[in-house]
Amino acid sequence: MKFKFFCLLLIFSFLFLELGFASEVSSQIIEGGSSLPWWAWPLLLFIVTFILGIIAVLGGVGGGVLFVPIVGGFFPFNLDFVRGAGLLVALSGALAAGPGLLRRGLADLRLTIPLALIASTSAIIGAMIGLTLPKNVVNTLLGLTILGIVVIMLTAKKSEFPEVKKADALSQALKIYGVYYEPTTGKEVEWKVHRTPIALLLFVGIGIMAGMFGLGAGWANVPVLNLLMGVPLKVAVSTSKFLLSITDTSAAWIYLNSGAIIPMIVVPSIIGIMLGSIVGVRILAVAKPKIIRWVVIGLLAFSGLRALLKGLGIWA
Amino acid sequence: MAKEIKPSEEQLAYATILDWGMKLGLVFIIITFVIYLFGILPPYIPIEDLPRYWKLNVHKYLEATGIQAGWAWLKLISKGEFLNFLSIAFLGALTIICYIRILPIFIKKKDIPYTILTLVQILILLLAASGFLKVGAH
Repeated sequence: MKFKFFCLLLIFSFLFLELGFASEVSSQIIEGGSSLPWWAWPLLLFIVTFILGIIAVLGGVGGGVLFVPIVGGFFPFNLDFVRGAGLLVALSGALAAGPGLLRRGLADLRLTIPLALIASTSAIIGAMIGLTLPKNVVNTLLGLTILGIVVIMLTAKKSEFPEVKKADALSQALKIYGVYYEPTTGKEVEWKVHRTPIALLLFVGIGIMAGMFGLGAGWANVPVLNLLMGVPLKVAVSTSKFLLSITDTSAAWIYLNSGAIIPMIVVPSIIGIMLGSIVGVRILAVAKPKIIRWVVIGLLAFSGLRALLKGLGIWA
Repeated sequence: MAKEIKPSEEQLAYATILDWGMKLGLVFIIITFVIYLFGILPPYIPIEDLPRYWKLNVHKYLEATGIQAGWAWLKLISKGEFLNFLSIAFLGALTIICYIRILPIFIKKKDIPYTILTLVQILILLLAASGFLKVGAH
């Protein structure tokens, strides 16, 4: 009962904040300035990212994918700085998760290295495109991408232990295979992969989108690793998270070197998401409310639509 | 009882460096932000003026503030906000450091494909970090 109340409180407080921001930002656009003191925005950013950190963990998504459309849509910061901060938020989360995942053998380094090379190189190109394109084009593309993610979240199936009859030649040459201990069954799960060349090709697109929008790319990594390559779901999710630390590093450097980093936006966001994630993991240990997944989908749909309409000049 | 499946030598080496680096980076990021927030080092842009700049696109922001792109921030390291760039750059350098750590392991194992992949990845990340690839215009 208490937990349900907490969830409802969380959702309402978030919606309240979000609507508050929407009206505030709308008035700013009209007036061309903010009526709030300077410190209010970093403080609100910290609160919102803290809540996003909780929701992201409970909803099983990365913080970056929620951060960019929501902060970009409802805060007065230019999208260039929001994407730079989004990349660093996703990067910090991935760096923090990496050691544990690698040590437990859930993230696989041999699987990551070839994919990361492709994705991180593409992310550089994506970052450069994103910083060159006009704001309305980036907003439109961001909106379409976010709405695409919503469709993926609603329709994509997951396979706990996909069947791979024969590993492809490339993965065999690179010795990409592994074994991990599955505590739910008490068994060791051996895995191998197939369709590696197609996956590498898809990671070109994933890297470009990650760099262009600063979203992180777990939403795309996991289906490619799990459904296309046949990586068991736990290894796919863990490897995806670790992979982000490399993809986002290259794009983050482009944003940093291009001047698209403002510490007053970046640092409260990183700390907020990190603290929120810690609280989220504790809540997750008690229960995983299904409603949160729908809250995440709802938030993404709303903020994606907002970005799209903003880009098209319909909802300025 | 959970069965022990030991990850490869390079995977454990990567995890160890990443673990220490990440912890150090987070502490560093908090310390530098506190220094900035409390004005222990004076900021380049007065904090109360930030709302005038963060709504601009990056090109106009650089023009309006006179900040130069690339590694020019190193010259302004005594300013509060640019001290934070040091900790952010450290987070950006962590992956490169981890890759440099595992390169000799692949060489020792005579794992030629992964030696090449690791080396190319280091070069790509160094290129991204170098500042040669920067965009400052819309």
